[in-house]
Amino acid sequence: MTIKLGIPSKGRLMADTFDWFGARGVTITRTGTDREYAGRVDGVDGVELVLLSAGEIPRELAAGRIHLGVTGSDVVQEKIARWETKIAPLAPLGFGHADLILAVPKTWTDVRDLADLDAVADAFRRTHGFRLRIATKYHRLVRAHLKAAGVASYQLVDSQGATEGTVANLTAEAIADITSTGATLDANHLKVIGDVMHKSQATLFQSLTAELSNKDKGFLSDLRVKLAI
Amino acid sequence: MTVKSDIRAEANRLRAAFEARGAETFEPQILQPAGALLNLYGEEIRARAFVTQDPLRGEMMLRPDFTVPLVQAHIDATRAETRYTYAGEIFRRQEDDDTRPTEYMQVGFEIIGHAPGPDAEISADAEVFATIAEALAGLPVTGTIGDFNVLTTAILGLDTPRRRKDALLRHLWRPTRFKALLDRFSRPAPPVPAPADLHIPHVGLRSPIEIETRLALLAEEAETPPLKSVEVDRLMALMAIRSTAPAAVDDIKDIAGGDEDIVDAARGVEARLDALAEKNIDPAALRFEASYGLTALEYYTGFVFGFSAAGVPTVATGGRYDLLTATLSGGRSIPAVGGVIRPDAALALKAAS
Repeated sequence: MTIKLGIPSKGRLMADTFDWFGARGVTITRTGTDREYAGRVDGVDGVELVLLSAGEIPRELAAGRIHLGVTGSDVVQEKIARWETKIAPLAPLGFGHADLILAVPKTWTDVRDLADLDAVADAFRRTHGFRLRIATKYHRLVRAHLKAAGVASYQLVDSQGATEGTVANLTAEAIADITSTGATLDANHLKVIGDVMHKSQATLFQSLTAELSNKDKGFLSDLRVKLAI
Repeated sequence: MTVKSDIRAEANRLRAAFEARGAETFEPQILQPAGALLNLYGEEIRARAFVTQDPLRGEMMLRPDFTVPLVQAHIDATRAETRYTYAGEIFRRQEDDDTRPTEYMQVGFEIIGHAPGPDAEISADAEVFATIAEALAGLPVTGTIGDFNVLTTAILGLDTPRRRKDALLRHLWRPTRFKALLDRFSRPAPPVPAPADLHIPHVGLRSPIEIETRLALLAEEAETPPLKSVEVDRLMALMAIRSTAPAAVDDIKDIAGGDEDIVDAARGVEARLDALAEKNIDPAALRFEASYGLTALEYYTGFVFGFSAAGVPTVATGGRYDLLTATLSGGRSIPAVGGVIRPDAALALKAAS
């Protein structure tokens, strides 16, 4: 058997991950054509590369179909209930930084914190006859955060992309999304309120459910020595 | 572990006992339209109920309780006072604790649409409590009661504007937020923010007028004196009451000081204890907790109760839910009180004793 290492199959996240491993003497290369999802791991024994969509890596880790995987800590916490019982973070990789935040229109100067948002949500419901809408794809994280803060009378509407535009498009009153520089929020006339809900970065995770033979344990331990984690 | 057929048999036995007490059987669909439930509970229900999609009917929910569909059916049929019973599975999503079941049986007894007024309320409250207690006779359970009327009376009696009282009442079910609001209202309000610069484009459905209105409200807040600490302390003391029922009535009266409204609320608890005594339930054997039921689904508004025992889930819970019937009927007053038993817990207790 071998250790299966899941890595995002495209884009910046893949390139940065290859660089991170490369800098530690573990060389990952794509094989075949650019379009073929196959690759090779050199510098350690017993590690097999699995290229996957970043969004599917949490699920594969939780199910134990891969032993290690690189993805954002935000998607792990969003997608896997009680993730800490199934997946363990081994090392933050120092890139892919993003903060999950809640934002409202800049003209809402009466909303300074979540307590204000709660009061506004209550008034909004009475004025408009429906609950204040927050557009997001991070349903679980946002709901948990708002519940802890005691915010009620809102509803989440699903938005898988271009979330900052939903307010101007009148499909939501507020948004919850990840941001790294805040430039998109600013361009869409939105401001952040409350604390950062989650500080995410690309992280190497280990599955706690995948089976490991004694030989695999040896491979894993060698890999961790090599990576100094 | 008790087998499902035994639980079902126990549920049917309990339902038959409630039918013998004059209740008619209600059998709702397992799949309920999600709209009414979402409107009632908001986003929090999504974390607690299973939502699914029907291509033609839209969002549906596996029923998280019987009460909401029952009240809707009662309203749709424009019934007068009716006693209902039901037995069946309810479904609760568990996001944090996989030891809690996602489906279990409930058997209920509910009185909907009884006559208005304190006497009819006391009588219906006592009838539901006694009927559930009778069904659990012989089991080593402890009955606990509470009465939201005590806390809401204390909140409405605060020397502060109505909007602050409404905010507190709205969050009575969220203890952390409630405490944060009390703290906020106990300090001088922060300075009022300025309106946005005119060159910042306004986006979104919430209009500039709504923002102006709230800024004016915040200005009013800034002028509002903080809550008096003696009143806050009294409210906290009332919330903390946990005692045997007769002693709790004395505690409420003591804490009330001279406040006639709170003393009246204590008399309401006393009147319920008297009504229970007439039904051969010993008030001295009951516990009273002023905050009982505060973390449940937020529809109880007056008398609440539960029966519990060590080592099993809460065996039965219930209470008055006049606000729920008012919300679902578009503001009509339909007095209602009910309770449910978990037959699995009842059976587990029987097996243990």
